[in-house]
Amino acid sequence: MSNLPQPIVEAHAIHKHFGALHVLKGVDLVVAERELVFVIGPSGSGKSTLLRCLNRLEEPSSGSIVVDGIDMLSKRTDINRARQRIGMVFQSFNLYPHMTALANVTLALRRVAGASKAGADAAGQAALARVGLADRAAHYPGQLSGGQQQRVAIARAIALKPRVMLFDEPTSALDPELVGSVLAVMRSLRESGMTMVVVSHEMAFARAAADRVVFMDDGLIVEQGPPAALFGAPGHERTRAFLGQIERH
Amino acid sequence: MGGWDRFADTFLNTTVMARYLPQIVDGFLLTVRLAVLVVLAGVTAGLVLALIRALGVRPLNWAIIFLVDLFRALPPLVIIVLIYFGLPSLDISPSAFGSTWASLTLVLMAFTEEIFWAGITAVPKGQWEAARSTGLSATQTLAWVVLPQAIRITIPPLTNRTIAITKGTALGSVIGLSEILSQASSGMSFSFNPSPLTLGAAAYLVLFLPVVVLGRWVETRFAWHR
Repeated sequence: MSNLPQPIVEAHAIHKHFGALHVLKGVDLVVAERELVFVIGPSGSGKSTLLRCLNRLEEPSSGSIVVDGIDMLSKRTDINRARQRIGMVFQSFNLYPHMTALANVTLALRRVAGASKAGADAAGQAALARVGLADRAAHYPGQLSGGQQQRVAIARAIALKPRVMLFDEPTSALDPELVGSVLAVMRSLRESGMTMVVVSHEMAFARAAADRVVFMDDGLIVEQGPPAALFGAPGHERTRAFLGQIERH
Repeated sequence: MGGWDRFADTFLNTTVMARYLPQIVDGFLLTVRLAVLVVLAGVTAGLVLALIRALGVRPLNWAIIFLVDLFRALPPLVIIVLIYFGLPSLDISPSAFGSTWASLTLVLMAFTEEIFWAGITAVPKGQWEAARSTGLSATQTLAWVVLPQAIRITIPPLTNRTIAITKGTALGSVIGLSEILSQASSGMSFSFNPSPLTLGAAAYLVLFLPVVVLGRWVETRFAWHR
């Protein structure tokens, strides 16, 4: 066991209530460095909420979260600084519509990381080049396709050199022919050794790229394992039912 | 005298107009001064209140909502009269200019706050989340991400409301402020001819048409790049 890489995300006993609704019922999730973890599950199973708790976009009702050695829930943690180590990509891209692609990528570099304009622009250009959009730096989000917007959003996150990347259904809002370009960028991130937690239903991508697939239902992790094992021989009836429904599409 | 000649003699009497032009110009200059001060103070105060409200401190928000609802509900003329005739009993004697300015500023502030607030809440939640996830603080997110988008949304209603309230400078005539309307109607009384009113109307057009055009220009200037 000693040759296992260091855990970079350690979430323990996470509970989340939205009023009377108990969305997370004691979830444990440990992610090792360079690992790609896929989180799947039916709508309302709590997978997005879990992801959003990891960088404290949602405040867990109880539990503990340590990311890259930083206690995310401690009052003494500078949450803005901590969040720079955790990149996040959203289903609806959430690019700033009043800024160019480059300005979207450099805003946090300049305002939070304290980079100079020249330094931020260079880092921003490099990040855009990594997602294949070096020639779109001066475009506004409204002038880009959905796939390009999502890649700019990925560039915005990786420009801050995060230690882990969270993807919240990154391809669900895309037309089918645009999904491939986003998955290609995610694959290249994976190859560069980025730690990634991905909430998504791109099963083919999970099969090919994930180290581990986590199946959630009703606020709990039902089972988890390597994709071949979980997809090939799921141990729980609920997992079988869910995978059956997905495959029927 | 034919119908047109009678009309021209009544409303476009050049002799009368020439005699009262200097007063109308005086009234125009005073109105411009008042209008500029009202717009600057009212819009700034409204923006500041909206920004404070966006930070979400409960008791402060209640105070802001109370203030804003109060000054949206009261007719500006009532506030002018209250300030001008009411405050002297508290040993504060504001001038007609000061009373009109304070009243219109308070009303513009109230409406502006609501417009900016509507603009801020119209910016999708995802914008806040994206900015916060990159480490921007709430204040930085407001300043760099939310407010620039909110202001674009608010320019049309803001221009409309600003013009509507600034035209209320005419209400100052009730407490003897020598603005355009008051100069025009005293000219009319002395000359037994309404031509000074025509001149006054022209003065209002000269004052507000550029504002309307400016508003339209700003709207286009800050439109989304698509």
